[in-house]
Amino acid sequence: MEINKDLIAASSTPIVLAILAEEDSYGYAILKRVRDLSGGRMEWTDGMLYPVLHRLERLGHIKARWEVADSGRRRKYYRITRPGREQLVEEHRQWQAVDATLRGIWKGLSLAGGTSLTAHCPQGA
Amino acid sequence: MAAAGHVVSLEEQIELWRSYLRRRQAIHSIDIAELEDHLREQVAVLGEAGLAADEAFLVAVKRMGDLDALSREFAREHSDRLWKQLVMVSPDTGAPARARTDAIVAFCLAVAAAVAIKVPALFGMELEQGAGFYARNLSLFVLPLLTGYFVWKRQLEIRVLRWLVVAFVAAGVFANIYPFVSGGDTGALSDTAALTALHLPIALWLITGMAYAGDRWGQTGGRMDFIRFSGEFFIYYVLIALGGGVLMGFTALIFESISIDIEPFFQSWLLPCGVVGAVLVGAWLVEAKQSVIENMAPVLTRLFTPLFAAALVTFLGTLLWTGRGVDIDRNVLIAFDLLLVVVLGLLLYSVSARDSGMPPDAFDVLQVVLVVSALVADAVALWAIAARITEFGFTPNRVAALGENAILLVNLAWSAVLYIRFLRGRGSFSSLEQWQTDYLPVYAAWAAIVVIAFPPAFGYI
Repeated sequence: MEINKDLIAASSTPIVLAILAEEDSYGYAILKRVRDLSGGRMEWTDGMLYPVLHRLERLGHIKARWEVADSGRRRKYYRITRPGREQLVEEHRQWQAVDATLRGIWKGLSLAGGTSLTAHCPQGA
Repeated sequence: MAAAGHVVSLEEQIELWRSYLRRRQAIHSIDIAELEDHLREQVAVLGEAGLAADEAFLVAVKRMGDLDALSREFAREHSDRLWKQLVMVSPDTGAPARARTDAIVAFCLAVAAAVAIKVPALFGMELEQGAGFYARNLSLFVLPLLTGYFVWKRQLEIRVLRWLVVAFVAAGVFANIYPFVSGGDTGALSDTAALTALHLPIALWLITGMAYAGDRWGQTGGRMDFIRFSGEFFIYYVLIALGGGVLMGFTALIFESISIDIEPFFQSWLLPCGVVGAVLVGAWLVEAKQSVIENMAPVLTRLFTPLFAAALVTFLGTLLWTGRGVDIDRNVLIAFDLLLVVVLGLLLYSVSARDSGMPPDAFDVLQVVLVVSALVADAVALWAIAARITEFGFTPNRVAALGENAILLVNLAWSAVLYIRFLRGRGSFSSLEQWQTDYLPVYAAWAAIVVIAFPPAFGYI
C-alpha cells in the first residue's frame, strides 16, 4: 500500500520532530527509522527529506551541526530545539484531533479492509 | 583486484553525480556534502546486503529521487539562492582569505586615490584655480593605482611593470610640460588642453588593460576579457555615481534642516575623492562578482540593438523621403562620432557575449543592419562636412573629431564586411572577434597622438 503525497508531506514535520525528540540524528538514520516505524509503508524519496530538514532548521525547530562520523566522513547531525519541542506538542495535539475525528466517522461506516484503517493513524497510537 | 576496480569506478561515479548536482543553482556545495554522505551510507548498506558496488550505486541514486524535483524542492526552501548574491567570504570554499585580502587591498587603493587627489591642494593647488591641471591629470591620480591593483593581483613580472611605469611617467610629462594658453578669468580650458583631458584617459585605459590582461594581453581572449571588464566597470561606475548623487543630495537636505551648508565640503572633498575612489571600488566589484552575476553589458546590448537599429533605419528613410540635407553646425561631427561609438559599443558587447561556435541567427542580421545603417548615416554626414570643411577651418577639435570618425568608420566598415561574410557562411565569427580585439591599440594610439602632437601642432590654443 502507498500513502499519498499530501499525507506524506503533511506528516513529515511531526515525524521528523518526533524522531529527533528521541535522539539527535542525521538524514540517512532518520529515513531508516521512518521505514522501520511504518513497517516499510511510508516510503519517502530519500532526497526529499533534506529540504524538509532545512525548512525545520530555518524555522528554528531543529539545529544542525557537522561532525566526523565513525566512517571518517563529515556528517550533518540535527538536534531538536526548545521551540521544536513546543511545535511537536502542538503537532501532536492537532493530529490527535484529526485522528479522533476520523475514528468517529470510521466507526459508523463499514469499509472494506478493516486493517488498513489503523494504518491511517499510527500517530494516535 | 576486482574490488579495487569497483572502488575506483564507484568514486568516479560519485564524482560524476556530484558534478551533476553542482550545476544546480539551488543546491549548494554544503548540501551536496550532506547528500553525498547519505548516498555513500546507502551504497554501503546495499553492499552489505550483497549488491555489487555499481548496482548499489544505481539503486542509491534512484532512491535519492529525481534530481530536477529535488532541485525544485531545494529552490522552494532556499529561494534566495536563485538570486545570486555577491558573497565576499563564502564559508565552504578554500579561498575566503584570498577574497578578503583582495577587498582590503582594493579599499586601501581607493583611499590612496582619494588621498592622492587631495595632495596637490597641500601645495596650494586648489580645485577652483587649478581646474585645468586637475582636468588634464585626473586619470593620472587613479589609473596608476588601478594598474597597481592588477599588477598585484596578476603577479606581473618586473619586466612588464617597467613598461607600465614608463607609460605613466610619459603621460604625466606630456600632460604637464606644454604651455597651454589659459582661458583668462573664466578659467576655461584651451581647446588642446581639453583634448588632452579627454584623450589621456583613453590612452591610459589601454595601459590599465595591459595590466588587467597580464600575460594574456597578446591573445584575443585576454583582450576580449578586458573589453568585457570595461563594459561591466562602466555600468558599475555609473551605478555607484548615481548612488553617490543620491547620498549627497540626501545629506545636503538633512544638513540644510539644521542650517548648515555642506556644499563646500562636497565640492572640495566628497566629490573629488568619490570620483577617484569609486574607480577602484568599481573595478574590484567587477572582479569579485564576475562569475557570480550575469554580465549586464550584453543584456543591455540585446535590449538596445533593435531599438538603435530601428531609430537609424527610420532616420535614413526620413532623409531619403524628405530629401533634406544634413544641417551642418559645429557639433554635428561630435554627434556622429558619438553615434559611431554607441554602435561600436553595441557591436562590441554583443560580440563579447556571443558563442562563436553558434550559427548565425536573426540577431546577427539585426546587428549587420545596425552597423550598415550607422555607416550610411555617417557617410552622409561626412559628405556634408567635407564640402565645407575648408570654410570652417581646421581647429584642433575638428581634426580630432574627424580622426576619431575615420578610425571608427574603418573599424565598423571592416566589421560589417566580416559580419556579412559570417552570415553568408564564408567566414568564422572568431575573425570578427579578433578584428575587434586587434583594433584596441588603434584607439589608444590615436588618443596618444592627440595628447602628444596636437598641442604643439596647434600652438597650445
